[in-house]
Amino acid sequence: MRFMMLVKSGENKGLPPKELMDAIAKLAEDSNKAGTMIATGGLAPTSMSTRVRVSRGQLTTTDGPFTEAKEVVGGYAVFELKSKEEAIEGAKRFMELHKIHWPDWEGETEIRQIFGPEDFCLKA
Amino acid sequence: MTSTDTHRAIDAVWRIESARIIAGLARIVRDVGLAEELAQDALVAALQQWPESGIPDNPGAWLMATAKHRAIDMFRRNKRLERKHEELGRELQAQQEMAVPDFNAALDDDIGDDLLRLVFVSCHPVLSTQARVALTLRLLGGLTTEEIARAFLAPEPTVAQRIVRAKRTLSEARVPFEVPRGPDLAARLSSVLEVIYLIFNEGYAATAGGDWMRPALCEDALRLGRILAELVPNEPEVHGLVALMEIQASRSMARVGPSGQPILLLDQDRSRWDQLLIRRGLAALDRAEKLGGVRGPYALQAAIAACHARALTPEETDWAGIVALYEAVARLMPSPIVELNRAVALAMAFGPAAGLELVDTLTSEPSLKAYHLLPSVRGDFLFKLGRLAEAQAEFERAASLTRNTRERELLLDRAQACAGAQPQPGPR
Repeated sequence: MRFMMLVKSGENKGLPPKELMDAIAKLAEDSNKAGTMIATGGLAPTSMSTRVRVSRGQLTTTDGPFTEAKEVVGGYAVFELKSKEEAIEGAKRFMELHKIHWPDWEGETEIRQIFGPEDFCLKA
Repeated sequence: MTSTDTHRAIDAVWRIESARIIAGLARIVRDVGLAEELAQDALVAALQQWPESGIPDNPGAWLMATAKHRAIDMFRRNKRLERKHEELGRELQAQQEMAVPDFNAALDDDIGDDLLRLVFVSCHPVLSTQARVALTLRLLGGLTTEEIARAFLAPEPTVAQRIVRAKRTLSEARVPFEVPRGPDLAARLSSVLEVIYLIFNEGYAATAGGDWMRPALCEDALRLGRILAELVPNEPEVHGLVALMEIQASRSMARVGPSGQPILLLDQDRSRWDQLLIRRGLAALDRAEKLGGVRGPYALQAAIAACHARALTPEETDWAGIVALYEAVARLMPSPIVELNRAVALAMAFGPAAGLELVDTLTSEPSLKAYHLLPSVRGDFLFKLGRLAEAQAEFERAASLTRNTRERELLLDRAQACAGAQPQPGPR
């Protein structure tokens, strides 16, 4: 089963402490060694982002930043795992690092399953 | 958290930690079977205690510490009986005093080595291939006996027996818990790669089946391959195997039609290929090639798969490149099947006559006598050359040889098409 982890938090909270970055790098290396993390990336701030929206038959293009959003996606990772519980366990470890190394930080990791062939071709 | 939730969370922790715990314990007790039993004991303790106490902050360390305590208890019980155990017990106790709190540090230092030892022991040549596969999935993949049995369509007691016997064999043969060195390493590594690829193929062959436990074997094999690639990063064939599996797995959505019928590579909807896996596969192949040396069978097969993966349409395929790669495969491990594949590539690169010339040298090959793809391929070349009567006979022969119903229908359709296109003998 494939899962996407979306890490969300408020923007403009300053740079994360080096200890956190080191700990995350270590966790990423472990996940890579465990053969479970197949992609990851950090996203540029929403001030550099653009939204293309369709609504009532109209296309509109809006440049960021978007002040109405309290928490935005700042990074993602894609994992191949056996169960959602395994994904939850991984997300807990990731968030635990934030708790330890950046106590003021608030945010969340959202775990979304990416559908695979088994979700499309359910056999009779 | 309900107790079901806790059990599922424990399953997840087990999946993440079990290989490292078993590997760490095996180094201490020097017996893989015993290490697994101790780890299982710790798991049972977790299942009893965690629903009440909650999941500890560092569940891996908890399991490891618990398993080590069990080991010490066991050695204490046995120590009057056997001197050797006494020595081991003392050593273990000394380690215990220092080792438990720094589980993570110990993992960082040695776990790679321990895991690698576990890989080599699980795939040891003293075991049958089936036993190697079962043990690898059990000890390194974290699969239960039931899951392995389902995946291999075998009765659970059979698989359980196989695992018990494998552990006993390792113990009786006193297989050392170590990474082979020198000239041994290459042979032992190829046994490991063979086991992983076998697991992958078992899953890959089952994509059309009704039970998703079997295709999940592809993911298990990929995970094992990726782990191995980080454990022995300087072995090009490991990256070659990973590349091959990533690229083959990238096609899994495209290779089966809506009603379960297999779709051949050139007929697949390439937009359904998983680009993430293709990218990973190409990167792994690149790593293999950067390490240099003579390309081994997995790197060569991966390079062939990569030729297909890079082509956005079948027409863009670098067939001449594939021909050259098959020539290299044939030099490394000559086989009529490789020649048949080379003939197909030759025909795609230089026309059906070139392919037919090679295939004609294979028709007397005893090992291909009952192989339906030989007449099927030959029929295709003949059809393209306009030799319809001969083509029809070949398709009919191929249809009579295949055991797959859908394939037979396809071949009979092709034979029919040949008959329809021919001028009919006699008056109408």
